[in-house]
Amino acid sequence: MSAQAPDQAPRTVSEPPYLYPAYGSTRLRAPSRPLVHLRQTLTELSGPVFGSERIGPHDADLTGQHGGEPQGQRIVVFGRVLDSDERPVRNSLVEVWQANAAGRYAHEVDDHPAPLDPNFSGIGRCLTDAAGRYRFTTIRPGAYPWRNHPNAWRPAHVHFSLFGTAFVQRLVTQMYFPGDPLLDLDPIFNAIPDPKGRERVMARFDIHETVPEWALAYRFDIVLRGRQATPFETTDDEA
Amino acid sequence: MTQAATPSQTVGPFFGPALTWPDGPFVVAPGTAGAFWLRGTVLDGAGEPVGDALVETWQADPAGRYHGMEGGDPDFRGYGRCPTDGTGSYAFLTLKPGIVTDPQGRGQAPHVAVSVFARGLLKRVVTRVYFPEDGAAQSGDPALSAIDEDRRATLLAAATDDGYRFDVRLQGDRETVFFDL
Repeated sequence: MSAQAPDQAPRTVSEPPYLYPAYGSTRLRAPSRPLVHLRQTLTELSGPVFGSERIGPHDADLTGQHGGEPQGQRIVVFGRVLDSDERPVRNSLVEVWQANAAGRYAHEVDDHPAPLDPNFSGIGRCLTDAAGRYRFTTIRPGAYPWRNHPNAWRPAHVHFSLFGTAFVQRLVTQMYFPGDPLLDLDPIFNAIPDPKGRERVMARFDIHETVPEWALAYRFDIVLRGRQATPFETTDDEA
Repeated sequence: MTQAATPSQTVGPFFGPALTWPDGPFVVAPGTAGAFWLRGTVLDGAGEPVGDALVETWQADPAGRYHGMEGGDPDFRGYGRCPTDGTGSYAFLTLKPGIVTDPQGRGQAPHVAVSVFARGLLKRVVTRVYFPEDGAAQSGDPALSAIDEDRRATLLAAATDDGYRFDVRLQGDRETVFFDL
């Protein structure tokens, strides 16, 4: 089998840099010394496993976590989590968080003067299924101002946190919506250097997955680095 | 056909309620024999504490086996997650990992893998905690060997009354060594 160890799998050419001065918070937080290349070991090829005990009954339906329905456009956000060899990443924890329809997070440090929604916490989690699929029901988040530069607004987005099956696959990213006029102006999105990379954090509207008379649907497929190997077997790389 | 990976984006400032787990800092339950606190502060390039970071750890059990590995302790999760507080501090209750031996018989000194996510980090930084009493095992450690000698000390925890201290300096003179995986 010609499987590649994650160590040698093609790296995304479109990772953002640490230092991206247009995103002001990177200036004092970006490492300034070169990274040290680490040949992957068991430490990086293994990773935590979480089961259904981490998932509550309403965790995949962000519109059903309170007594009433949240304000906003109901949407389904769904997709597959794959590794770079297109193998499904199974039974893996997916966590999401987002602003409400008015662009406000249910978070103590968010002081944007837009209304909180008592029926929306904006937090979801689920496990991928045997085909690597996940699915959330939520509302479309609003844009919000963030003071990075004069009149700065974040485009609408949903935050994603993924574990995959190995430490090396750990990923935190954001999903954006097609056609958002704020994307061109957003330094976080534009820190991804090439257009193909930016395309990979864009959801796609999917009419087939809409729920008639109920909700629109957006597909967001996620590709994690490396193959889904049993981390404790000898790989070509280690031979 | 290989697919390019989805790019990383910052965790931002609002992850707290979503990614904070009550049991996150407890890699082992309180009262576990041999447990100690691994504590530290995340600092920025001005030496100011980073009060909105998320620190995650991944480590082997005391026998040097990862969760899910043959012979590993099924009750040892090996994973910790702790947001920093207003003083930039984090803490994990854990056990000391053993020497990790790979399938070819090469050993790695006891270590804890660490990821730090934060507003202003467009992608995580990855580092490792090593322990001050393991000098002999560290001399042959493949990760430490890849680091210039004068920077290795940034990966050494310091012994404290209740465990160890490991500060993460994101930028500057004593910048922590970060790895490219």
